[in-house]
Amino acid sequence: MQKYILRRVLQAIPLLWFISIVSFALIKLAPGDPVLSFVTPDMDAEAVERVRQSLGLDQPIYIQYWIWLKNVFMGNLGYSVSNHRPVLTLIVERLPATIGLMGSALLLSLIISIPLSMYAASRQNRPADRVLGLISYIGISIPSFWFGIMLIYLFAVKLNWLPSMGMRTIGVDSIWDIMKHGILPCTVLAFMNVSVYMRYIRSHTISQLEEDYVQIQYAYGATQGTVLRRHVLKNVLLPIITILGMSFPELIAGAFITESVFSWPGMGLLGINSVFSLDYPVIMGITMISSVMLVIGNLVADVLYGVVDPRIKTMG
Amino acid sequence: MKWRNVLTQLKEQKAALAALIILAVFVLMSVLAFLSPYDPNKIMPMDKLQAPNASHWFGTDDYGRDYFARALYGGRVSLSVGFLSMAIAVLVGTAVGTVSGYFGGWVDNVLMRMVDVLMSIPSFFLIMILNAYLKPSISTIIIIIGMLSWMNIARIVRAETLSVKEREYVLYARVSGQSRLNIILKHIVPNIMPTIIVAATINIASAILMESSLSFLGLGVQQPNSSWGSMLNNAQGYIGEAPYLALFPGMFILLTVLSFNFLGDVFRVAFEPRANRR
Repeated sequence: MQKYILRRVLQAIPLLWFISIVSFALIKLAPGDPVLSFVTPDMDAEAVERVRQSLGLDQPIYIQYWIWLKNVFMGNLGYSVSNHRPVLTLIVERLPATIGLMGSALLLSLIISIPLSMYAASRQNRPADRVLGLISYIGISIPSFWFGIMLIYLFAVKLNWLPSMGMRTIGVDSIWDIMKHGILPCTVLAFMNVSVYMRYIRSHTISQLEEDYVQIQYAYGATQGTVLRRHVLKNVLLPIITILGMSFPELIAGAFITESVFSWPGMGLLGINSVFSLDYPVIMGITMISSVMLVIGNLVADVLYGVVDPRIKTMG
Repeated sequence: MKWRNVLTQLKEQKAALAALIILAVFVLMSVLAFLSPYDPNKIMPMDKLQAPNASHWFGTDDYGRDYFARALYGGRVSLSVGFLSMAIAVLVGTAVGTVSGYFGGWVDNVLMRMVDVLMSIPSFFLIMILNAYLKPSISTIIIIIGMLSWMNIARIVRAETLSVKEREYVLYARVSGQSRLNIILKHIVPNIMPTIIVAATINIASAILMESSLSFLGLGVQQPNSSWGSMLNNAQGYIGEAPYLALFPGMFILLTVLSFNFLGDVFRVAFEPRANRR
């Protein structure tokens, strides 16, 4: 097992290295001059050139990449072009908001989708299953920003129950206030997650229900509820691990669109703002962190498969 | 190809039939948009923010433009972005997938590692970045979305190619000395067509969603052009006084994407009846 993990980690290193090269090249080769955001009308050409030099942008691209890579290894992701603060600090500041939102959405989605999809599976092709199926179709087809706007219209504008944006009411500092701000974005994220999860868990449950061990339980006179809770649930862990692996990068990188609709001050909003201001060090930082999370998420999921189900040989 | 199964499926599943009809109506509406008496870009400050009424079915927006006409023309943009970027993604994905699967060896290794790398970068973020740097225009959006969404198709096509290339007719073709390009085009691609069609249908849905999100953020289709997504761009600001501005384009996107996803599933069941009917 340790050998397997070690090998996977070693394989991940060149992958991450390639990712950094590809994203660096794409960001750099794209037209648009980040120096322009420093230029004020009273600066002459020489002053502009000095700014360019101070940012290291006068160097050829492979030297810029080399400098960037060296700095990354020393824990320095560079400085934001728009407010000159360290990228790492900007990211760390945003993490709690994102992890809080994405984490609660993930938890909520699991709590909802596991029983619902097992119920749907046990009622395969009957009306209840069909209705849940349609809802999950809508969930994967709905534009998340539009769903968010509709929720804002209903609960913030019409009913005035919940705040429509931000994470805190100015002057109020309580967990309850943050939670109230989180309800709508959390609902949007959870609805979309549940729709995706349900398809996985439902089809996995259906194949489990055809297994011998389930039939034997029935023969012993167990009720369907007991079988589902005591036996099938354990075996549904595998798709759940896949899901968790998939969701891991989002937990850190946030959801760009949902955070933007609700002005939730997390990583997603930071990402969008950095795109608008062409703040390439921040863009690079976020790209790298989310890619690392994606690779880690996949790795952890693969390792967990072996732990949960010894029949799967992860050593091979 | 089992097109007859598709018909059976459509007859069996009323929802799928509805999806097909909805799509046909939307395509027809955006093709015939010029029949609308209103110019979608004509600014009429006197008429701004009218609620839906007899002369303006969907009301008017903050510039007094007829919202129904804008939705018709917006449909043109949304649907063509969906179709054309799907075409790019399918072409690239099929080419990479078949070559990778058929040739194997180092070609396969290089191409698949490339797919791994591209899939490990958050693609929506990448699309946002590229579109911000390049001057956003409809054709840039199509190319960017197409070029960044082929990886999944490549993986699926590669897996199918691996199984098809061991079939006897491919072996015979190889023995009879046909060129590899010929074998891929004449023997492999036609046999994995069902898979490609399913992937393509679902790809249209995701391309339309992507374009709408991009335009909603203001990084996609720019004024005076409109797509359903860009119509929603400033609808959020008027949500209190004119909620219909957000309602209509969003409904159109939802129905379109839903229909394509439905059709994708119908195709899958029709082409591989044994695979699963779940």
